Amino acid sequence: MIKVLFFAKIREQLKTSEIVVNENPETVGDLRKLLWLNGPDWKSNLSNDTSLVAVNQSLRDDSMPLKQGDEVAFFPPVTGG
Amino acid sequence: MIQVQHDDFDLAKEYSALIESNHSDGAVVTFVGLVRDFNQGNRILGLNLEHYPGMTEKALQEIVLDAKKRWELGRIKIIHRIGQLAVNEQIVFVGVTSKHRANAFAATEFIMDFLKTKAPFWKKETSENHQYWVDAKQSDHKKAQQW
Repeated sequence: MIKVLFFAKIREQLKTSEIVVNENPETVGDLRKLLWLNGPDWKSNLSNDTSLVAVNQSLRDDSMPLKQGDEVAFFPPVTGG
Repeated sequence: MIQVQHDDFDLAKEYSALIESNHSDGAVVTFVGLVRDFNQGNRILGLNLEHYPGMTEKALQEIVLDAKKRWELGRIKIIHRIGQLAVNEQIVFVGVTSKHRANAFAATEFIMDFLKTKAPFWKKETSENHQYWVDAKQSDHKKAQQW
């Protein structure tokens, strides 16, 4: 089980803040491709160009391996400060 | 020390805490960021700040640790507000002390540059006609890359 969180514009566009993935994607890239299967909105909002990804609350890229129980978050480039 | 909070902060109190019984530091640099009335061509009435609880604090802590590796620093305090903020309200506070001014100046700017590109906060602005998510600025990324 992998917990997947969405924030800001991506959360709004996908109309969900959290889902649970029961498959076992090996990497962040594999998870991303799995989520794209949910529809065109998912593919456009979770593309490599428009979203950042964190695994267990640290910024990572698509090559990051995943394990059961990980928390993965997708979000737009940050705009705080 | 790091605080992510809805409540406003008092610059005088934060400054006092940085210098109280601090006999070794001769420099204090503070930065405060405010909500501006115009951004990206729109007249702004206010904004809402969303964040990623847990990761926000972790990201800010990592930025502080990076700053401490680069410069000899005394005390460091970061406050970032979340939720609904009106024009002219305070958004962010960074305070750094050091023995001499150069380190505190540099570290304060470093912390802000990385806060703006690494810490998971997002602004949604309200203008007269609509609400929209603020786009990340390329110039902020260029600035962080200079370090």
